[in-house]
Amino acid sequence: MLSETTLKKIDREVAKYPEAQKQSAVMAALVFAQDELGWLSKDAIAAVADYLDMPAIAAFEVASFYNMYDLAPVGKYKLTVCTNLPCALSGGVHAADYLKQKLGIDFNETTADGKFTLKEGECMGACGDAPVILANNKRMHCFMTPEEIDKLIGECK
Amino acid sequence: MALLEAINPLLSAGWQKGGHEWRLENDNGWRLKDYEARGGYQSLKKILETKMSSDEVIAEVKKSVLRGRGGAGFPTGLKWSFMPKAAPEKYIVCNTDEGEPGTFKDRDIQRFDPHAIIEGMIIAAYAVGAGRGYNYIHGEIYELYQRFEDALDEARAAGFLGQNILGAGFNFELFAHQGWGAYICGEESALLESIEGKKGQPRFKPPFPANVGLYGKPTTINNTESFASIPFIFRIGGEGFLNLGKPNNGGTKLYSVSGHVNRPGNYEVPMGTPFAKLLEMAGGMRGGRKLKAVIPGGSSAPVLPADIMMDCTMDYDSIAKAGSMLGSGAVIVMDETTCVVKALERLSYFYYEESCGQCTPCREGTGWLYKIIHRIEHGQGRPEDLDLLLTLGGNIAGRTICALGDAAVLPIQGFLRHFRSEFEYHIENKKCLVPPDVQRAGSTFFTRNMGQA
Repeated sequence: MLSETTLKKIDREVAKYPEAQKQSAVMAALVFAQDELGWLSKDAIAAVADYLDMPAIAAFEVASFYNMYDLAPVGKYKLTVCTNLPCALSGGVHAADYLKQKLGIDFNETTADGKFTLKEGECMGACGDAPVILANNKRMHCFMTPEEIDKLIGECK
Repeated sequence: MALLEAINPLLSAGWQKGGHEWRLENDNGWRLKDYEARGGYQSLKKILETKMSSDEVIAEVKKSVLRGRGGAGFPTGLKWSFMPKAAPEKYIVCNTDEGEPGTFKDRDIQRFDPHAIIEGMIIAAYAVGAGRGYNYIHGEIYELYQRFEDALDEARAAGFLGQNILGAGFNFELFAHQGWGAYICGEESALLESIEGKKGQPRFKPPFPANVGLYGKPTTINNTESFASIPFIFRIGGEGFLNLGKPNNGGTKLYSVSGHVNRPGNYEVPMGTPFAKLLEMAGGMRGGRKLKAVIPGGSSAPVLPADIMMDCTMDYDSIAKAGSMLGSGAVIVMDETTCVVKALERLSYFYYEESCGQCTPCREGTGWLYKIIHRIEHGQGRPEDLDLLLTLGGNIAGRTICALGDAAVLPIQGFLRHFRSEFEYHIENKKCLVPPDVQRAGSTFFTRNMGQA
């Protein structure tokens, strides 16, 4: 289920921890699996657990606990907007409203063409750069304005 | 300006303040050669060359009165001294799981000074006799996690990490571990669970991590800014560091200023700097509007009204005396366009969303608190709701394994203490004292390009 490339990346993580503590690599391994497969199905989680010699339920506990794992399919571009108080004071909620209107979807919805999913985020530790949008969990876009959001959406091909 | 000359040259001296100009790709000051040019790794070299004993290192940190920069303010040197000497396997862990709303200082340290964290952790490892360490990095800052991996590679290649460091016969391995979105992992024992590959649910304490920590072994866990302050302490001496601040509040500290100011950003100032000065450094109030309230130490700290805040100095003792806490140094500034009910509603939703679900008072109670504030905000509040919030809060605080329960209650107590009449207005009139168009103007999303400020 997981490619050689992904397994190699997992091996590199496993090497960071003491020999008896392979399970420590499960968070990173699930990220790599999500990167490869788009989202984490029960089978994907079981494959990760199997590779790390841990019970599938223990890996599922991790996958369901942390916010950035996707346990259901998401659009090609997952945009997460922080709307927490410090961000809201500098336009976080308004940026989210603008995105909703622009994409025609609410939080936790995906556009009909499967391109965009919109999520409401909790604190990303970047309050001074608000409004902040995290694209596909990894790329942070700061100081967003209506123009910058238009540009970002245009760049998502 | 004397104030600015006193700041830590290994920390924020070269940072661009509150700017839009920063971009990951054109920021080149974080590499090993740049850090060394600023005097980086000199403290580690000095400690190893002069063969300082671990007790001497800890004594120097104690002398500096560096207090934990993650929020609790516990003296770092004292924490180090709790580590059992004889244990064969010990760990050092850095807490970069920065997700307390309002706090964004550790992200800038990761961004501009990853080697200051590494050097601080190596010195800590030497002091407590740890052979291995982990830096747990907030999931949302993936780009900086990768940068830290690069910085670790540089430090290994230069002989600062690994076996027989700088020929002094001391071994230390350091790795990065990435979080993936859970506020609770900023709690130290939840963070350790998370490194072990589990749900991040806090552990009962005692035992404390110094006795039973990562993988059940003695562990010292400190905040990123605490570790990054260590090299500077050994450059100017513990006493010199202490004297930068004020008694019982050593050194300089980073304050993350967010909200209704002209230049949100991180500002490093000596402990005890007047709040008014910090506000001025952050460019003053956006649009010249009037200050209404300030949350001085991250979302869990009780809010303070403008007049009380303007009399405070930024240190643990002054803010505590005013009835709040310095916490992580996250200063959330709110002007007169803010609806305090809506502000509290959003914070309460956060604690409800982030409760780990382990303890019933917090799991259930945070949801109840949010529901009540939500109905007040939406014109369905009842006169008895305000007392209900306080009673409910009293049944959560102090009845949970970790402090998240307390953290959910403190903002409610603070807002009701100072702004009760606005909540009453909401309940009576089913609308806000601050008109919706005024509130909308406050964020300036549609009217002003923040970046060009």
